[in-house]
Amino acid sequence: MWRVGTVVALHDETATARTITLEVRDWPGHVAGQHVDVRLTAPDGYSAVRSYSIASPPNSEGLVKITVERLPNGEVSPYLTQEVIVGDRLELRGPIGGWFVWRSQQTEPVQLVAGGSGIVPLMAMIRSRSSVGSKAPFRLLYSVREPGAVYYRDELEALSAQDCSLVVTYAYTRAAPKNWPRAPGRIDAAMIAGTAWPANLASTCYICGPTPFVESVAELLTASGNDRDNIRTERFGPTGDRK
Amino acid sequence: MGIISRGFSGRRTPTDIKLPPGQYLTTDFPVLSAGPTPHVPLEKWEFVIDDGKNVLQRWDWKSFRNLPSETFTVDLHCVTRWSMLSTSWEGVSLDTLLADTKADASYTLVRSYGDYTTNLPLKDLLNKQAWIAFRYDGQDLPPEHGGPARLLVPHLYLWKSAKWVRGMTLMNEDKPGFWEGLGYHIYGDPWREQRYSGDR
Repeated sequence: MWRVGTVVALHDETATARTITLEVRDWPGHVAGQHVDVRLTAPDGYSAVRSYSIASPPNSEGLVKITVERLPNGEVSPYLTQEVIVGDRLELRGPIGGWFVWRSQQTEPVQLVAGGSGIVPLMAMIRSRSSVGSKAPFRLLYSVREPGAVYYRDELEALSAQDCSLVVTYAYTRAAPKNWPRAPGRIDAAMIAGTAWPANLASTCYICGPTPFVESVAELLTASGNDRDNIRTERFGPTGDRK
Repeated sequence: MGIISRGFSGRRTPTDIKLPPGQYLTTDFPVLSAGPTPHVPLEKWEFVIDDGKNVLQRWDWKSFRNLPSETFTVDLHCVTRWSMLSTSWEGVSLDTLLADTKADASYTLVRSYGDYTTNLPLKDLLNKQAWIAFRYDGQDLPPEHGGPARLLVPHLYLWKSAKWVRGMTLMNEDKPGFWEGLGYHIYGDPWREQRYSGDR
């Protein structure tokens, strides 16, 4: 069943990523980590649908935020990041997915690992935790190309500043800020050992990002002693368009 | 027809290519899976057919690879909306694997290393519709695409084509597998666009 969402706010996260806030009157509610299908329709009836992770926490106002990264040759993402204006109506279906989710009843330590735009469903988990006042200890390891590519920076800083059980660590892969303690590079075993929850805490791990990133981080987490049954992944391929 | 998206024209698939509804064409091979990629050593690999109580058939890698195999070219349709045309594979037909199995069953639950499961009607695995594939595009199947061996049932959405297969259970009644229990369709025919539970 397709529902209609009205665009009520737009916010640029980076030069290529935009958050769209939709008000969906009959939204049935969602859980952090789920996604929606968004459908665009041309005047002749041709339509294109892509999946986007929901960035907003569960709420009672029928608000659904998605953050869309513009893909150079994308069919839907350029429209969503450049054409859409406040007041437009978009069709969506969902929420979808019951595996890559964090529910507010969960109390165990959580390790989040994001690669690029893979932060979106993990941000929904962080926001969900914060909105219900959960004390579940969260750590986020967020890998990005360069400082300008970080989504939600101010909010992440504010949330982690007021709450010592939410710790955010950035891994810059190509260019780091001035005087950054770590040379630019991918997440490696030393970084996992230094920043992720020790394996004996049996944290639930959520990894989201491009396939090679997810493969690599899942290997590092299992190699450092995490039980593979505690590791949940969400990937998008080169043309997956699933952000 | 849905609400017209102001100013949207879209990028169409050439009209001589017929795709299931809501799919778009891709030429690379995206990876989707729910957890870490299992790495299964060939000397430990096995494929077992059971009926829920008894083991009916069992192959190790050597005896499996000694079965007659086929090369085949098929189209793939993923529920995340990409389709890939004319992919070439080598594998053992399920007709071969099930030839000597006598069971009064209508459904199967396919099981994977890493504990993934998916359910399929038995008839969808027979009559040259399904294979256990071990080579893709002339190469040994890489782990991220399901190697050493995966099920391939190209007439259904690709989540039915379980990666890293280790066996199947024959059943009298249908029982949802992993994604089927998490909101996805029990059967998953791309031509009828059976993506999510509730789709007809």
